[in-house]
Amino acid sequence: MSRVGIVGIGHTAFGRRSDATVQELAFDAFAEALHDAGLERDAVDASVIAAVPEYHKQRSLAGVVQEYLGLCPKPTWLVEVACASGSAAIRTAWLAIRAGVHDVVAVIGCQKMTELETAEVLALMGRVGEVQWESCFGTTFPAYYAMFARRHMHEFGTRPEHLNGVAVKNHHYGALNPLAMFRKEITAEKAAASDPVASPFHVYDCCANADGAACVILASESRAREMSTRPVWLAGMGCGSDSMSVLRRPHLTGLPSAERAAAEAYAMAGVGPRDIKVADVHDCFTIAEIMAYEDLGFCAKGEGGRFIAERESYIGGRLPVNVDGGLKAKGHPIGATGVSMTYEIAKQLRGDAGERQVPGADVGLTHNVGGIGQYCFVQVLARD
Amino acid sequence: MFKWFGMVNFTPYTRVAEFAAHLKDGRIMASRCSACGARSFPPRADCAACMAREFEWMEISGRGTLHTFTTIAAAPTGFERYAPYTVGVVDLEEGGRALAWLGGTIPSGEIAIGMTLQLVPRIEEDVEEIRVFYSLERPGTTWSKAGAATVGERQAPPAAAGARRREQV
Repeated sequence: MSRVGIVGIGHTAFGRRSDATVQELAFDAFAEALHDAGLERDAVDASVIAAVPEYHKQRSLAGVVQEYLGLCPKPTWLVEVACASGSAAIRTAWLAIRAGVHDVVAVIGCQKMTELETAEVLALMGRVGEVQWESCFGTTFPAYYAMFARRHMHEFGTRPEHLNGVAVKNHHYGALNPLAMFRKEITAEKAAASDPVASPFHVYDCCANADGAACVILASESRAREMSTRPVWLAGMGCGSDSMSVLRRPHLTGLPSAERAAAEAYAMAGVGPRDIKVADVHDCFTIAEIMAYEDLGFCAKGEGGRFIAERESYIGGRLPVNVDGGLKAKGHPIGATGVSMTYEIAKQLRGDAGERQVPGADVGLTHNVGGIGQYCFVQVLARD
Repeated sequence: MFKWFGMVNFTPYTRVAEFAAHLKDGRIMASRCSACGARSFPPRADCAACMAREFEWMEISGRGTLHTFTTIAAAPTGFERYAPYTVGVVDLEEGGRALAWLGGTIPSGEIAIGMTLQLVPRIEEDVEEIRVFYSLERPGTTWSKAGAATVGERQAPPAAAGARRREQV
């Protein structure tokens, strides 16, 4: 089976973007990716848009993005699986290319989250969980991950310092990323002293809603070789799901959907966790990064706290993770996040990450989670 | 009648609507598949194991072990007046899990993973509409002893809790 290559990448600054509509942000990311690929717009056969609809006043977002990008009448469609929409969109583009239906597909993740009124945000936050038996008790997005954290602490001795360590690391790298929402270092003391959200979480355990867009242009192997001297390959594509309800999960100390997606991606790529040189994982909350280390096999189950405490996920450690700042410092425009991860790892594999460059990065990984693990997509990326 | 269930109800119509009527009468019910006998809590009408459509109700004790918990300071719409409140997940002795608030019989300083708790039916009476739910209480607590609408009022809200929080998804 022929491979699918990444031939162009683009990314707007993430944050509060009061200067642009969502399609204007999408335009920036798409134009940059086209330029990066050295392609004319006509070369794009189709687009896949990743966005979570309930944040936008504009209904059916793919139409307005397609129009603004000037891609009509080419095919387009919207993909949504909560915070994993970006990776799901990449997966559908990959499927279309593998099926031989399209040769060149632009995947655009775009989201504006800061235009909603606080009341609307609070109402959405209260319907993150399974609504019949859980949201009716006032659960929130942080509350679920907080319950994962509490159980992880109970079973494995993970400590609040470990959670704070993830926030400190990701802000450290966010400070070096010009596209990040928060470009300042924080201390563990500041993280620990921030306002309570859902125990044991404080504000600095949580990522922030943001606006932004990212784009990757994918091409079939033959087209990728024609148009790019340094394509990055989607070498392994894994995907899994799990129950909406935490009441139906086998355990609450990790995400079984991630374990499955990782196993599938590693098998397809013919690599293992020890081959990964750099990774972007879904740190929507600090515990989520610690669980990701374990679910992805970067360390043994229960060792995630130690992994960050021993700085194994810093550049120079065993496996640098989220050296773009992660969701935590880069911001989390949910439709764009998965595409942003692939953008970052492609950049690392090309050797273009500047002062955040991981030396010798030839194989990388993305891990994009939807909701509280209902969906997970793992990609292994490789260069020639 | 399922619109009675929960502090805020999002799902008025379901095949297991009778659950709320049982709860109003002081019973916690699980479902049992008539074909394969698979039990479920929360109840479900259509069997996850064998896909049969017939089920029967089965009363359970509600006793369970606390699996995990969190105290929510930043509350969503409809819950602002209760914050902070503590929700827990229990592994039920008779199978399945439940998520509910920890009620007034459990002092906040005593909450610990592994403690034995009991799911107790509750009726909120100081509202115009019928409102039924369940809370996690000290084992042996009966629904009449747990009282009405005491959940969430046992902790004084800290000053400005969550006021400066960042918005979450």
